[in-house]
Amino acid sequence: MDRVMHGRVLVAGEAQGEALVSAEPLSFWGGYDQHSGEIIDRRHPLSGQVAAGRILALPSTRGSSTTTAILLEAIRLGTAPAALLTAGPDSFLALASIVADEMYQKPLPIIALQPEDFSMLKTGQGVRIFDDGTVEVNPPQEETIS
Amino acid sequence: MPLTLSPYDRALLDGEHGPAAQMAMRIMVRMVEVYGAERLLDVTAAHIDSALYQGDATLEYAERLAALGAKVVVPATLNVSGVDEHGWRAWAVPPEHAEKARRQMVAYQQMGCTPTWTCAPYQEAARPAFGQQIAWGESSAIVFANSVLGARTERYPDLLDICAAITGRVPAAGLHVEENRAGQVLFRLVDVPRRLQEDDSFYPVLGHLVGKIAQERIPVVEGLNVEPEEDQLKALGAAMASSGAVALFHLVGVTPEAPTRGAAFQGRTPPEVIDVTMTELRAARRALSTADGARLDMVALGSPHFSLAEFKKLAPLLEGRRRHPDVQFLVTASRTMKALAAQAGLLDPIERFGGTLTVDTCILTTPMLPPEINIIMTNSAKFAYYGPGLLDTQMVFGRLEDCVGSAISGKVERDDSLWTA
Repeated sequence: MDRVMHGRVLVAGEAQGEALVSAEPLSFWGGYDQHSGEIIDRRHPLSGQVAAGRILALPSTRGSSTTTAILLEAIRLGTAPAALLTAGPDSFLALASIVADEMYQKPLPIIALQPEDFSMLKTGQGVRIFDDGTVEVNPPQEETIS
Repeated sequence: MPLTLSPYDRALLDGEHGPAAQMAMRIMVRMVEVYGAERLLDVTAAHIDSALYQGDATLEYAERLAALGAKVVVPATLNVSGVDEHGWRAWAVPPEHAEKARRQMVAYQQMGCTPTWTCAPYQEAARPAFGQQIAWGESSAIVFANSVLGARTERYPDLLDICAAITGRVPAAGLHVEENRAGQVLFRLVDVPRRLQEDDSFYPVLGHLVGKIAQERIPVVEGLNVEPEEDQLKALGAAMASSGAVALFHLVGVTPEAPTRGAAFQGRTPPEVIDVTMTELRAARRALSTADGARLDMVALGSPHFSLAEFKKLAPLLEGRRRHPDVQFLVTASRTMKALAAQAGLLDPIERFGGTLTVDTCILTTPMLPPEINIIMTNSAKFAYYGPGLLDTQMVFGRLEDCVGSAISGKVERDDSLWTA
């Protein structure tokens, strides 16, 4: 069954894609390859996954203040996620999207969810994000069939 | 909540101070909403991480601001750059990268920033005062400024630090505000031997452990029986800001906002208490190493950048000895610290040892390492943490003395006695 959530809009936009979810924060610097969109922090549970074009759900960023530059470059190169869902306002991610809007007119939608909503997300779910912060979550396809 | 802009803020937004200040303020105002602040406040200094070349987007951003005539309105130091401006040819840095990184360095100097090129500005030109409102980038510098000096900065990301320096304004939120600086989780050291606490290698390990658990919270550490040296506090914070997003820590009886546990928590009861024993510390120390064999290709020291005190500690360890021909030995530091170390006669021992010094940058921020460097030994938790992801190298964490010993013998040698007791 579909689930509808309402989050706080950090950067508005519409997006649709498959969810890639982790409960562990990520530093994009040393954690995200801006050339491929792969998660490269070898200590992170999503290591090896490609986030480009997917709805990446992370509770927050961690560590380095260079996270913003990496995400901005990924947006420029087209290797960024389609949108980001977080478990609270993350200024590093929001800034990358705001600057991408300023420089390239390409903002990346970012919605901060309530932690209890965030915890319902699972990798493989279909996610649709609307301008007003509405987030529609569909179960993964296999489960829909069975 | 409604946002209140001052007449100065409005003038910036309206373009009265030029198009660059207008663009910087437009970004800043959108960020005020993200931070959930109701107003902005003045900062009197900035430390800029944005000058680090991280691809064409960061260069285009820098050159856009510079071309629009951006000028900083507060003293602004520069963090590490994307290239050792004068020494990169000795390494594997591609010329195209060097050229773009250099252009980005030039753009920030055009804006009026001071070319310090260091992640440890607080050990030279820029040492903020207690209570001073500042806008700093660079996670390891932010945590030092807040925790050890008692200055006040949020954890400013690249691209925003320069907006703060151009406008002189930041959101009145986060760690700029006194009540947000109270501790949020208490770590109690239990039965940690004093002689381990006196050792440099204790601090990166403790920081790695605390950062991993605290994440973005403000940790308070209680139970130290020693007075840590400045470089030990530097290593502690850098480690916390790598494994976690720690921007402020309190050490009871040591750091300026924590004369007592009560002061560190601003009179509140710690919401969570975690005991740290040798069991957790040993596990954290193990987690900092990803290689377990004896082989090593390089010893890398200086993250954060080496201080004069660290050069003084290193020199006698190297005297009369020489590195193994198969192991490179590298120290990273600022230009200023290199000059001071040279004056003090502390660089000759490194040279005679067969070691090299790189300034302006470090192994994580410039593509200097040739592909044959696969296993690196270091005394830095930050190098150890980021090496595998950023450099695709394996890392071995060890004490400074063990790093030197291993560079000489050509194989990893670690004295575990402090950790097994």
